[in-house]
Amino acid sequence: MIRLRLGPGRSLVCQQAVELVTDYLEGALSPARRRRFEGHLAGCPDCPEYLIQMRALIALAGSITPDDLTPRMRSELIGLYRRWLADEG
Amino acid sequence: MLEDPDAELVSRLRAGDERAFAELAGKYQHTLLSMARGYVPSNAVAQEVVQDAWLGVLRGIDRFERRSSFRTWLFRILVDRAISVGAKERRSVPVDGMEPVVDASWFDAGGTWQVPPVPWADRVDDKVIAAKMAARILTAIDELPLHQREVVSLRDVQGLSSDEVCAILDISQANQRVLLHRGRSKVRQVIESEFGRPR
Repeated sequence: MIRLRLGPGRSLVCQQAVELVTDYLEGALSPARRRRFEGHLAGCPDCPEYLIQMRALIALAGSITPDDLTPRMRSELIGLYRRWLADEG
Repeated sequence: MLEDPDAELVSRLRAGDERAFAELAGKYQHTLLSMARGYVPSNAVAQEVVQDAWLGVLRGIDRFERRSSFRTWLFRILVDRAISVGAKERRSVPVDGMEPVVDASWFDAGGTWQVPPVPWADRVDDKVIAAKMAARILTAIDELPLHQREVVSLRDVQGLSSDEVCAILDISQANQRVLLHRGRSKVRQVIESEFGRPR
């Protein structure tokens, strides 16, 4: 298992960098860690692809509009609404 | 507080617009079912829990004070009902934050990629492939362990903020990030293995 406790000044390896991707995207890295993360990516042939994929994944997930109510589910929910309305009235 | 993306639908629902209810249901039903399923033993019970949550929404909508977003309120109702039906204690979310989530065998002893990520992100330009990927992402999220599934669905599919998610699930920001990281990493792996093609 790789330690994420990073000594000051030492550069990141890929395995450490990928574990920081979410914190990086969330803006949760300290400025020093962020610089080291970005420094690693600038010189790494493979990690930028990982970050690109994470961003693509988030964009794709956000593009999903789960409005795929089946007709049955839709009629059940409308039925629920109408029953509630009748009970209220 | 940010503007509630459902403000207009909520107003219409209060005014008795049935279609506003159907629209809200369409928007959230999949995520509600997916979340409920993690707490209760069967799909049938999950459906009952979700129906019960919607009933809670209808009964409470006039008293909903918009101090939170509608969706935060809705998911909070769902989680409360699911917990009471499932009787699972969920206050303590187990997180072993230091364990790496990316398969260690992909790296050499020095921690450098041995099996680098296989590109797929450029394929999203093809609308048909992007739609297939999106559909697969949704099912991959549904296959995640409960807490990861909740966080990834709420953040990435529903677009909630980390603050909203922490409030709904009663977890810390750090905890939220770990769950998000684990969940996203697994979903990325699924998409890579099914859509990646070596350069």
